Formats: sequence, structure tokens, C-alpha cells
Amino acid sequence: MSALISSSIARKVVMALSGLFLVLFLAQHFTINLTSVIAPDTFNEWSHFMGYNPLVQYLLQPILIAGIIVHFVMGIALEIQNNRARKIGYVKYNGSANAPWTSRNMIITGLVVLAFLGLHMYDFWVHEMAYKYVEASPEDPTRYYAETVEKFEPIWRTVIYVIAFILLAMHLWHGFSSSFQSMGWNNKYSAGLQTFTKIYAIAIPAGFIFIALYHHFNPITH
Amino acid sequence: MNLKLKVWRQNDAHAKGKMVDYSISGIEGDMSFLEMLDILNENLINEGKEPVEFDHDCREGICGSCSLQINGEPHGPDRFITTCQLHMRKFKDGDTIVIEPFRATAFPVIKDLVVDRTAFDRIQQAGGYISVNTSGNTVDANAIPVQKEAADEAMDSATCIGCGACVAACKNASAMLFTSAKVSQFALLPQGQVEATERVKNMVRQMDLEGFGNCTNTGACEVECPKGISLENIARMNREYLKAQAKG
Amino acid sequence: MGILDSKVPSGPLADKWTKHKNEINLVNPANKRNIDIIVVGTGLAGGSAAATLAELGYNVKTFCYQDSPRRAHSIAAQGGINAAKNYQGDGDSNYRLFYDTIKGGDYRSREGNVYRLAEVSSNIIDQCVAQGVPFAREYGGLLDNRSFGGVLVSRTFYAKGQTGQQLLLGAYSAMNRQINRGKIKAYNRHEMLDLVLVDGKARGIIARDLVTGEIERHSAHAVVLASGGYGNVFFLSTNAMGSNVMAAWRAHRRGAFFANPCFTQIHPTCIPVSGEHQSKLTLMSESLRNDGRIWVPAKLEDAKAIREGKLKPTQIAEEDRDYYLERRYPAFGNLVPRDVASRAAKERCDAGFGVNKTGEAVYLDFSAAIMRYGKEKALTSGIKDPSDETVRKLGEEVVEAKYGNLFQMYEKIVDENPYKTPMMIYPAVHYTMGGLWVDYNLQTTIPGCYAAGEANFSDHGANRLGASALMQGLADGYFVLPYTIGDYLSDDIRTGPIPTDSPEFDHAEKEVRERIEKLMSGSGKHSVDYYHKKLGKIMWNKCGMARNAQGLQEAINEISELRKDFWENVKVPGDMNTMNQELEKAGRVADFLELGELFAKDALHRNESCGGHFREEYQTPEGEALRDDENFKYVAAWEYKGEPKDAELHKEELIYENIELKTRSYK
Repeated sequence: MSALISSSIARKVVMALSGLFLVLFLAQHFTINLTSVIAPDTFNEWSHFMGYNPLVQYLLQPILIAGIIVHFVMGIALEIQNNRARKIGYVKYNGSANAPWTSRNMIITGLVVLAFLGLHMYDFWVHEMAYKYVEASPEDPTRYYAETVEKFEPIWRTVIYVIAFILLAMHLWHGFSSSFQSMGWNNKYSAGLQTFTKIYAIAIPAGFIFIALYHHFNPITH
Repeated sequence: MNLKLKVWRQNDAHAKGKMVDYSISGIEGDMSFLEMLDILNENLINEGKEPVEFDHDCREGICGSCSLQINGEPHGPDRFITTCQLHMRKFKDGDTIVIEPFRATAFPVIKDLVVDRTAFDRIQQAGGYISVNTSGNTVDANAIPVQKEAADEAMDSATCIGCGACVAACKNASAMLFTSAKVSQFALLPQGQVEATERVKNMVRQMDLEGFGNCTNTGACEVECPKGISLENIARMNREYLKAQAKG
Repeated sequence: MGILDSKVPSGPLADKWTKHKNEINLVNPANKRNIDIIVVGTGLAGGSAAATLAELGYNVKTFCYQDSPRRAHSIAAQGGINAAKNYQGDGDSNYRLFYDTIKGGDYRSREGNVYRLAEVSSNIIDQCVAQGVPFAREYGGLLDNRSFGGVLVSRTFYAKGQTGQQLLLGAYSAMNRQINRGKIKAYNRHEMLDLVLVDGKARGIIARDLVTGEIERHSAHAVVLASGGYGNVFFLSTNAMGSNVMAAWRAHRRGAFFANPCFTQIHPTCIPVSGEHQSKLTLMSESLRNDGRIWVPAKLEDAKAIREGKLKPTQIAEEDRDYYLERRYPAFGNLVPRDVASRAAKERCDAGFGVNKTGEAVYLDFSAAIMRYGKEKALTSGIKDPSDETVRKLGEEVVEAKYGNLFQMYEKIVDENPYKTPMMIYPAVHYTMGGLWVDYNLQTTIPGCYAAGEANFSDHGANRLGASALMQGLADGYFVLPYTIGDYLSDDIRTGPIPTDSPEFDHAEKEVRERIEKLMSGSGKHSVDYYHKKLGKIMWNKCGMARNAQGLQEAINEISELRKDFWENVKVPGDMNTMNQELEKAGRVADFLELGELFAKDALHRNESCGGHFREEYQTPEGEALRDDENFKYVAAWEYKGEPKDAELHKEELIYENIELKTRSYK
């Protein structure tokens, strides 16, 4: 563990690995969410499985939370170190001349996504925890669809979600392909991989945005 | 051309510096950026003021002495050149040019625009060599065949001039491009294999000790490098480092 | 023989070095730990010497004015390094390299030294490859060679156009290994200001820390000067801005003889001066002459129209161009040695045929090569009846592959596309063959003070061949000096550390301080550069590519007056207890102002033309150099006697036992 903190390269590899793990998670999350648009029953079924399967609940969920924590704690630690590496800044720094905005502002996009995660956890995860463990309410495999759609009724929440996903796209735009470079993977396949990561960075958040907007504009009529 | 200059002036390492404005006239497009500064200094000396100190030596883009952050970019707006090869035709009459030292905690300012880049030397001393005695009693040069592609690639990495533009450009003041260029040169050659594990560990350790930042893969270093050292070198060093750690 | 003993061993030429190594005294490894050596300058010669000496076990202190040893000006050498490896099987041998070097130097170097240089040249390549220097290779994985500088074999090893850089980084890495072991202590941003003699032996230096301004004393059992050449006496040269003669000149003032100062190499292919502001000249590799044709307009009115910008070079018809090298030297054409090519350019420009706005430039034209390569390429690519445009395009691609980086460099500086319009070039000061006189052991006339690389005078005679400077620097540093210095130091194993509180150090430091104070107390009329530029003009106009007795006498007087004016009126701002680049420059220019005069005096006394020294009085009716072996077959070593004009001449006769002296002919 000490090696992880003491070497810059190892720290970056930790960032890359945790990031890639979260990228994978996004794909899985997106797949489930997509069913809420095309097949509400499937959505309910899968959500219920995720919510009550012990493997998911007691192994994968803690890993996911740990992954998120590692990623943002390390990200902030790196940021602090990076700031220390240039204590006196430039009067004029023309960063856009040599690097895209997204790559230079991972901390901003990352923190926005993190803040969004707070809201998102409050909306769904805290709610779930309360439902299952505090209120100890009974299992109800049909409640998820309605609860989800309901969340997108207020315009403010939908807007926040849309903005957060745009920033997530920016975060992924640099982060996804960058993680391979950090792990030492830069070769003749890199160009192809780059294209894939860019498509992914746009497609997945766009998909999430679509789902949010879809539910906002198609509320369940009581 | 008439220009306005905003130049960082700082008396010594401990003094607090500040930007000072100067006006300069009669600048021609054929002049190099450093020749423009020569004229500024000649004017300052004649006015009884102290000239601006800046590092420079070969003035042909190979020694790596000259530095300068010009309008927010190391070695100014042109590409694949050092400041001494930047010509004034890249600027327009009436322009304001901001001139600052390369900024990094590991590159403390010595005076005005001169910074201390000995951190780079210490990284090299930690392992940037092949431990062979200089007796000349080595094997014949052609006894070690090297694939042409590997030799060419090693040469591309070896062209680093150690100017520090990579650090200056990096938003994190990371020295990964510099360090990885040397690690790569030896990693690509059979002669470098024997000490590969220790070399990369020692050089990275020293790089971290010097207080450089971490690599965010923004690619700014590659864009600003006067010699076009590629980001592939950083990936290769990451690989070499992970391999070395796996070996223990 | 006079008082100069070259100490070249007797016996057959090929056995001298081996015999010498077998006979000299060695220092046992345990005793080496008790011996300190100072190395001033960390280029190819100094860096390699420091690394090797440290590896042998001596305690080494290195000094360089740059912020890192890696920045020494050896780094700027482009073309390559010679070695008699005969990898190409084209008949090369130690003897042939030796012969070419002596002949190229116009028979003004020592046979014994030059043969040794050729002998160890192969070792240099082995050594550098083992260090990881990425020399160019062929597809089979073996080392590639190119031909260079008008010799008949391919013996030049190269690393793109950055051979000097790669070799220097090799020596720097060897130094780093020793720094890491604690055997070398590197004093960077330090400048040697004086040599300290104790009992007639070199025992240390006075140096200034260029960051703090502190004056420091450093003692050692021997001092190695590897501080490079003095081309910057001309102000404009291809040397780095900081290259200077101070270390060598301080040693000269303390008793080291200065040899052949007038032997200076003017390189023919540099980018011309563009105006008064110019601070330095940029070299374009000599390899360009392999494909470029050099010409000026044949008609004076055309040349004038070009200078006024009314005519473009591409508008001048083939028959109105004067390919003067091909005209004068049909056998070697554009590939004549550097000195011959340089003088021919000057001759045309002086006659009014020069082409850029200053009138001091000639064309180096690649259009013929582009078309030739283009046709070849079209043929091999199976393109039938290609249009001129296609041929040109294909040819440009071939030329780009060969010289792309040089063309790009030219375009950045001159802002003209050399693929479309001919390059302009003009000769510039590049290398100084003269330097501190040394014997076969590389020891100067001061016991314990050694000189290596360009700082000594030894191997290149009156003219240096291309790709030989790197060879000499590394030969001296890796393979010669570390052995020969042991012979001297074997007497010092019981000496113990040299104290720095002796009266000799006190005295030297006092002199250094007084000199700095004097430099800083000038009336303040003119800046240091003002004097340096004036000196450069005198040198270039009167001691440059062609010299005559009258001009040289004028130069002596003018430099002497300029020096007086300098000491009275120079302006050095700031103070000495801090970084002060003007003060650094002032100290260097002060020494150039003395050296320049000795240079002119040497040139005036040498009544012959040989190599880089061309006296207008001594030429054939066709304008070729006229050497005088009967009267000037010697090394002129000057002893310091106060003013440069009072310097005393000592002659070391050159003895040729293995080579017959001939007139160089490139016709």
C-alpha cells in the first residue's frame, strides 16, 4: 500500500484502474436504465435483482463504493500535489495552446460529477437503504419504474442531471483513453482505441440524458 | 516593430519578484527573440539600469539553455523550436509580450528569468546511464547488432535537450516526458537491458523526490517539446516501471 | 629543439603509443584515492576525462559555466565522428586516417600525436556504443557510415544530424555515474578565473560561483583544461555565446605557451549575417555540399539587381550563373576542403558578386539535385514520361528525407523555402586549431597543467577535417589523458591534500578580486558588447579568411588601443556578489582583447599560407595557398611576457618521418 502513495506512476495507475472500473460500471448502469424506456417490466425485474441479490449487495456494491472513493480521494490528493509542484503560478498561462480544456480540468468535471453523485445517491441509494433497512418495508418488485420516473418530474432535477452528464462526458472524453496511457498502453492500436473511447464518452452520457429527458416528458399519468 | 514587454524581474532566489513593463522599438522580423532581449538589455545598460538576466548559450536550439515562458507558452508560440530559434516575425507591431521564467517548484528562480534546473541532473544521476567502464576495452561496436527501427526510435528519445519546456508547459509541472525520454532510450537498446529494472525505479524515485507533479496525460509537453519527444515515451516508462515493480 | 620537448616516444610510428603506455609510471589504486584532479570544462574532452579519471579512482572536481555539463558546446556538432573501423571495407586503416588528418591539416601537426589519434579512434566507437549512444544503423543492425569532408573513404559514424549531442550525452552519462558514486563533484555555473601555481606546479584554481558571485579556492594535484576554443574572439561565430578563452588564457598568463593562435577554421556553409543585431551564426552541415551546387551570378549587374531585390535567383539563366568552385576545382568541385571553399566565396563576394542585401552571401542550390533525384525516383517507381512537376515533387521528397531537418532550420531562420529558391550561405568562424601548447602527454608547459580537446593545439595542424573534432575530444578524454596524467601524478602519492590557505592562493585570489573590481569601475561609457563587436570587426576584416602584413599590423595596433579603451571605459552594471552576466562577459572579452592581439601577431609572423591561415602575399598566380615548409614547418608557441605584443616565440620543429610533404591540390 505504501508504494501506492509513494510513487507518482503507481498513483496514476490506481487512478486509471479505478476509473476504468467506473467506466465499466457506467455501461452496466446504462444498460439497466435503458430498459426503463423500452421495457418497464424488465427494468423492475433487473432493479429488484440488483437490490436484493446478496452478491450484488454485499460484494459488488461495497466494491463500487470503494472504487468511487479511491478514485476521488486519489484524484484530490493528486490535485493537491500538482498544485504544490507549481507554488508560484504564471501571470499568463496559455493552456489552450497545447492541451484541450477537458484534459486540463479533470478536477472540475470530476468534482461536479462527484457533487452530482451526492444528489444521485440521495435520490436513489439513500432512499433504497431507508426503504430496505430503516423502514424495513417489504420487498416490492414492481415499485422501481414508477419511483424512477417520478424522480424526473421536477424540471430542476432533470436539468441538474443533464448538466452533470455533460460534465461526465467531458470527464470521460479525456479520462477513458488517458487511463490506458497511464497503464503504459500506447501502441499501434491506440488510435482505434481513442476513437472508441471518444464514442463511448459521448454515447453513454447522451444515453443517460435521453433517459432523463424521456421520463421528464413522459410522466406516468395517475 | 514597436513592442511592449512585460518581464518578470526578481533580484535573487529569496526576493519577491514582480512584472515590469518595458517598451522597445526598432525590432525587425529577422531578429531572434533573444536578440530582441539583447537590444532591451543594451538599452537598459545605457540607461544605467540592470539588464535582464536570462539563460542562453548555443543559440541554435541544441544546448537546451534558453527557456522563457512567452505569452503563456514555453519557447513561445512557434513549434519545434527553442526560444533562441523563435523569430520576431512571429509577432506584430504593437504587440504586448509577457515574458516569465519557467515555473515549477522544482525549478526555483535564481534571478529574473534564470531558473535552477539541476533537478534534471539529479534525475539523470540516479540512473540515466549504462554502467560500463570507459576503458575502451569493450566488445567491438558491431558485436551488438541493434535493429534499425529500435536504434532510430532510441535516437528519437535521445534527442531531448533537457530544456524543461515539458515541465513548464505541464499544468502539473510534471517531469515525466523528460525522465521517460532517457528511460526509453535505454529500454529500446540491448545495452540498456541489464540495468533496466533498477534504472526506472531509481529515476522515478528521484523525479518524485524533486517535487515535480503527476502526469495527467494532457499532452501539453509533447506539443511544446522543441524536439518533438513523443508521449509514447511516457507510456513506455509506465510500462517499464510496472514491470520493474512486478519483479520486485 | 629549444625549450619545447614534445616527448614523442622514439620507435616506429605504429608502436609509439603502446610503447609509451608500457613505459610510463602508474599510480596504484589505493593511492589514487588520495589524489585530486580539477577538470575545467565538461564538453567531450572534459566530460570524458572527468568520467574516466573518476572511474580510475581519482577524486575529480569538474567546473563548467553552464548550468549543466550536458550543455557544453560539443553538443552542437552535427555531422559525425571519424574512426578507422573500416566497416565498409573500403580500404580504410589507422594509417590512412592518420595520413588524411596530417594532409588535411596542411602538414602542421605532429606525426606521433596524430597517429595515436587514429589508433584510438576505433575504441571510441566501441566505447560509445557500449554506453548506449544511438548511432545510425543499417537494416542489418550494424553501424552505418557516411563519407565526409573530401576524403576517399566512408569512416564517419553519425547519429542523425546530432552526433555531437549524442556523444556528449554519452560522456555526461558516464560523468553522472561517477557523480552518483561520489567520485566527481560537479561545480556547475562556476567559472575558472585563474590558475594557481605552487612551486611552479599547477595546484588549483580560483573560480567564481556565477550564482552567488562568491570567489572560491579549489586545490588539486593536477588541473586539466578542456575549455574549448576561442572562436568568439570574432564576436560572430558558430560557437556558443558563452564559449570563451578565459581558462586557457589565464593559464597562458601563468606560463603555459599558446600555440598557433592564428590557425582558425572558417566554415563555408553557414547562414549569412542578416543585420547589425546578429548575435551568433548558425552552421549548416557540410553534408549539404554533397548535393548542393554553389554559385553566384556571372554578371555584376545581375548581382546588384538581386541585392536590391529586383531580381530573383530563379530568374537567372543557367549560362549567367558562375559555379565558381566547379570552375576553379574541376576534380573536387563543390567538395573542396573547408578552407578552400570559404576563401573562394569571399573572393567572389569581394569582387562584387555577393547576393544578399549585405553582399556577403553565395547560393547553395539544390534544384539540380532535386531534378536528378526526381528522375531517378520516377524511374524506380515505374512512372513513364513524368512531367517536370512530378519529377520536382519526387525529387523534393528525396531531398527532404536526406536534409529535411536542415532545410527546416534554414526556413525558420531566413524565412525562405530552400526547396523553391536557393539557400544563401557564407563562411563563418567555426573552430580554432590553435590552443595551449601540449606535449605528447597533453601537458602544457606548466607542470601539472594539462589541456585536452579544442583547448589544446595538438592534432589538426592548420586545418581540421570534418568529423575530427569529436574524435579528438573523446580520444584525449577517454583514452589518452587518463593514462598520461598518471605518469605525472605518480610523484604526488605522498603529497597529501593541497592546502588552499597558502600565500600562492592568497595572492591569486587577491589578483582576481582586483581585476573584477577594476572591470566594475570603468567610466561606464560603453557596454561590454560594444567592445566585443568592435574587436570582432577588426578580427574579421583583418585576421579573417585572408590576411596581409599591413592589415595585421593595423589589427595589432587597433586591438591594443581598443583594450586600453575597454579597461578605462567599459560599463559593467550591477554588483559582483550576485549573478551578473555582464560581469561574466566583461571578463571574457578582456581576455579576448589580449588573445586577439597575439592572434594577429602570430598571423603576421607566419609568412606563408597554410590551411586556415591565408596570407595574401603568399599565393600562386591562380590564387592558391603557398606554403613555405623550409621556413615555417614548426609550431609557433608563444610565451607570455606582459603585453601580447611582447610575447616570445618558441618554435617546435615538426619532424616528418613517415609522410612526404606535398602541396595540397584539389584541382
